[in-house]
Amino acid sequence: MANILVLFAHPRLEQSRAQAALLRHLPQDPRVTLRDLYELYPDFQIDIEAEQELLLDHDVIIWQHPLYWYSAPPLLKQWIDLVLAYRWAYGPGGDALRGKRIFQAFSSGGGRDRYQASGRNRYTVAEFLRPFEQTARLCQMDYLPPFALQGTHRFDTYTCDAFGAEYGELLRLILQDQVDYDRWRQHEFANDYLQELQSAAT
Amino acid sequence: MTADFLLQAVVYLAAAIICVPIAKRLGMGSVLGYLIAGILIGPVGLAFIGEEGEDIMHFAEFGVVMMLFLVGLELEPRQFWRMRKSVLGMGSGQMIVTGLLLFGAGLFLGLPWQAALAGGFALAMSSTAIVLQTIKEKGLMNTSAGQSSFSVLLFQDIAVIPMLALLPLLGSASSQHDDGGHHESLNLLAGLPGWAQGLGVIVAIAAVVAVGRFLVGPVLRVVARTHLRELFSGTALFIVVGIAFLMELVGLSHALGAFLAGVVLANSEYRHALESDLEPFKGLLLGLFFIAVGASIDFRLIASEPGTIAALVLSIMLVKGLVLFVVGKVFRLKLDQNLLFSLVLAQVGEFAFVLLSFIGQLNIMGDTWIDRLMAVVALSMTLTPLLLVLYERVLQPRTGTRESAKVQDEMEEHNPVIIAGFAHFGSTVGRLLRAHGIEATILDFDSDRVEFLRKMGFKVYYGDATRMELLESAGAAEARLFISAIDSPDTNLRLAKTLQEHFPNLQLVMRARNRMDAYELLDQGVTDIYRESLDTAVRLGVDVLQKLGVRAYTAHRTGAMFKAHDEASMRKLAPERHNREQYLLRARQEIAWQEELLKEDRQVDLGANDHAWDSEEMRGEVKPSET
Repeated sequence: MANILVLFAHPRLEQSRAQAALLRHLPQDPRVTLRDLYELYPDFQIDIEAEQELLLDHDVIIWQHPLYWYSAPPLLKQWIDLVLAYRWAYGPGGDALRGKRIFQAFSSGGGRDRYQASGRNRYTVAEFLRPFEQTARLCQMDYLPPFALQGTHRFDTYTCDAFGAEYGELLRLILQDQVDYDRWRQHEFANDYLQELQSAAT
Repeated sequence: MTADFLLQAVVYLAAAIICVPIAKRLGMGSVLGYLIAGILIGPVGLAFIGEEGEDIMHFAEFGVVMMLFLVGLELEPRQFWRMRKSVLGMGSGQMIVTGLLLFGAGLFLGLPWQAALAGGFALAMSSTAIVLQTIKEKGLMNTSAGQSSFSVLLFQDIAVIPMLALLPLLGSASSQHDDGGHHESLNLLAGLPGWAQGLGVIVAIAAVVAVGRFLVGPVLRVVARTHLRELFSGTALFIVVGIAFLMELVGLSHALGAFLAGVVLANSEYRHALESDLEPFKGLLLGLFFIAVGASIDFRLIASEPGTIAALVLSIMLVKGLVLFVVGKVFRLKLDQNLLFSLVLAQVGEFAFVLLSFIGQLNIMGDTWIDRLMAVVALSMTLTPLLLVLYERVLQPRTGTRESAKVQDEMEEHNPVIIAGFAHFGSTVGRLLRAHGIEATILDFDSDRVEFLRKMGFKVYYGDATRMELLESAGAAEARLFISAIDSPDTNLRLAKTLQEHFPNLQLVMRARNRMDAYELLDQGVTDIYRESLDTAVRLGVDVLQKLGVRAYTAHRTGAMFKAHDEASMRKLAPERHNREQYLLRARQEIAWQEELLKEDRQVDLGANDHAWDSEEMRGEVKPSET
């Protein structure tokens, strides 16, 4: 039975619809721990020990955040800089996180079609997220394709909720150990993996 | 009559206006200024006033009553209760020993024992007016010398009562009631037996406490609701005058009654309003009182027997000072505090005038001696401010810097940072720096703290941070930063001036109590100003926002933006305020500025230019065609 640590970073959740929808659909389960980083550390003074302790206690870690300037909000970077310490998360003797699974759940204003060689943003999401992927690799974690919520500028509340429900479903599957991680890894996004599961069911 | 009154008012006020600022400028305090003004316009000076000086003194004594009321207001009952030991111990010690020594001296000079006894104890009194005014003006009220002085004065004020009651026993029976001191003239209880008198006194005190606790509050509330400021001032005056009258009726000291009422009202919500309303009255009356003392010095008498008078003044003050010093030693005052305590209380006070004239009326002592002693009292009062100047300039610098050779050596290498004032504020700064491995040189006024800090390995200089010698020996010339953590805005301002003048390369980082103080420092050219009221209040506000459900980071940013806005508006408004009308009362000025600020805030919307992470706007700009 896996448990999940959601590391959530949003500097202005009040203004967010997409991320708020994702939060609303987090399974009400004691095995899901939400860390609302901007609420916990408004002055960027991260409690490193507490964060490391939580990492040790969980099997699956989610970096949940909006995509700003092709990256995560600064507090999440701060979290990475401070919590993933040398000789603990990486380097000699640094294998505290070995074997844990990690993926990102991000939202972006522009749609999926914009993130390709021919699109306005010229690169794919996977390419933009390389630093996160490599960070996870260096810490010997299993980095999985992200859960994506793209084109949120044009979303209405209904669409947001639909995505939220999908996210909730994914987390429930993880909790129940019903995820085939190899199949997930073959898709560009976690969303696609869920789609596959659905079409297989019908 | 009217013209006469106006002329007198003009003379008194003009003399004060001329002399007091000069005295203050010379660093001698306002009391000496008033005294000199009195001497100038008195019979030997310009002779604007003659014998009526004494009447004016009786009238102006009311300033002392008000002062004690105000002192009481600042002293909560619990605090007062904590002082009981020092009041009784130090007070009685000083009174009894001084009284007995002077009694002996009187006998030695050939006075009859009654006269020597009465005179001895009358001269044991110190001047509440001069001492408290001086101590407050110099900001020494919270030092151990200040507290001890206050205790002794309080005991003396209480002791006046039994003394006035017992004096008639020393006099010849015939003269007992023919004239009656003005203290006794109204005494309702005079004819009653002792137990009834005692009962009356207890009832009167109980009445003051009860009225203060249960009646004054509601009455002030009703008065305040009329929004007539003068009516409120009138009520404040009524309270003090009424209490004085009640005390007169039962034969108690006015000052003591007023003090008691002040203590009772110290917890009232109108405390500050009462303070600010009575303050000017008190100041003027006290000023008048000091002028009258100056004018009443009988220079003809002094000129006729200068040797005798001088010897009397010096020996009496010496005896008083020595007794005080011993009392201070017994109560473990530090040397510097003890010296201050002994010097400041060494004069004979205004109660001695009252007691001496009463003694004269009772024929206990001959007129020659009464006149001599009156001159001695006035002279000793005049000498007090001078003694304090002597203490500050000569004695304190020497007693304070009692350093061992080892400490002296350590001082050779100078720290880059100097911190002036190491109470709560300064010590926080110092600890923070120390936590980062930066040692600071500390200047502090409190000898207890200095000793303790030295033990902890701090480099500490004792003394007044505004003094050049101290600044120089602390290494102000070599230091990079000077932090002033002193809470008194006046001291800070003086310090800034001195430092800018003599150490132009030293960077100043100064604490300010509030915006008004910060304005003055800005005027002085200080740029790094830290208002103690700002950061804490903003932090509190940020926490409240969070408690109300605002996201922590948003609240955090709002706080930071507000602080930036407040700093900017302070710097913007600082020069502008000179274009406006001058306010006489600082409190009024502060309210006017608060109004200005709130208006300014209304124009600035902290969120107006903050579109950070605001996707709302972007949403609007996405056209349906863009996919």
